[in-house]
Amino acid sequence: MDAESIKALAVAGTIVMGAIFPAVSIGWIGSSALKAIGRNPEAASKVQTMAILAIAFAEAIAIYALVIALIIKFVA
Amino acid sequence: MEEISLKAQELFSIGNFGVTNGLFLTLIVSLLLITFSLIFKSKIRLVPGKVQGVVEMGVEGLLGLMESTLGNKEKAEKYFPLVATIFIFILCSNLLGIFPGVGSLMLEHGGHETPLFRSPAADLNFTLAFAVISVIMTNIIGMASVGTFKHIGKYINFKGPIDFFIGILELISELAKIISLSFRLFGNVFAGEVLLTIISFLAPYFIPLPFLFLEIFVGMIQAFIFAMITLVSISLHTATHEH
Repeated sequence: MDAESIKALAVAGTIVMGAIFPAVSIGWIGSSALKAIGRNPEAASKVQTMAILAIAFAEAIAIYALVIALIIKFVA
Repeated sequence: MEEISLKAQELFSIGNFGVTNGLFLTLIVSLLLITFSLIFKSKIRLVPGKVQGVVEMGVEGLLGLMESTLGNKEKAEKYFPLVATIFIFILCSNLLGIFPGVGSLMLEHGGHETPLFRSPAADLNFTLAFAVISVIMTNIIGMASVGTFKHIGKYINFKGPIDFFIGILELISELAKIISLSFRLFGNVFAGEVLLTIISFLAPYFIPLPFLFLEIFVGMIQAFIFAMITLVSISLHTATHEH
């Protein structure tokens, strides 16, 4: 196992693990937003704003993992 | 293939200060926005024309959103400049960052070529500056709104051991907000640039189209998210607990 192959494995592992959990959490947030709107269509715009905010927070974690993977591949 | 660099590349230097390609495009975006606002301001009429109608729609939409988050209209009008500037500046710099010519026009510089323009938010300095400004301004707004000592009392209070730890956690959460705001915007825009570079290298005709649409969408969403997080933070800091 030389350094090049470990580096390649590290890049792949980072982005794989860093993308699974945000994907699950975004699906969860979307589903509860849909249920909330279904129950109470009048509050739709409030729920939508909150849901977009929560989805952006969850996606930021995936972005952190992507930045680390890019740093490992192209800079280090 | 072009090199993908994490830092913005230097174009020329004025004395000791190196002007980078990200800084160059930031200057262009600022000049564009300032020129547009000055020209627009001199042409405001009572019966709006088309451009004025669009700007009024945008301002009313953003004010309505701020009012529904903050609670009342005068607070929304008071904090409108900060939130709207963050939104409009980040939106324009993201949209101009995928303009044709950005990343592809090259400059001969000391032997090797560097891109002449680079998306401003793909530079961590830009996003870090916005994040620091946002967090410091929301704290100053909180201090101006509920009083300096009461605001600092949220972070450092000695009423009991649990309250003390919660205060320290709040302080750390503000610092974490700086890091998360800057890295969210930087990561989205930098990853988009890397993606566009690689896709244009692999399949230059027609295939980059859906990725360009994705980049436009991501640019708009990230500008909106940054402004919304600032807005929610202002509303939390100026909340007067009535019940």
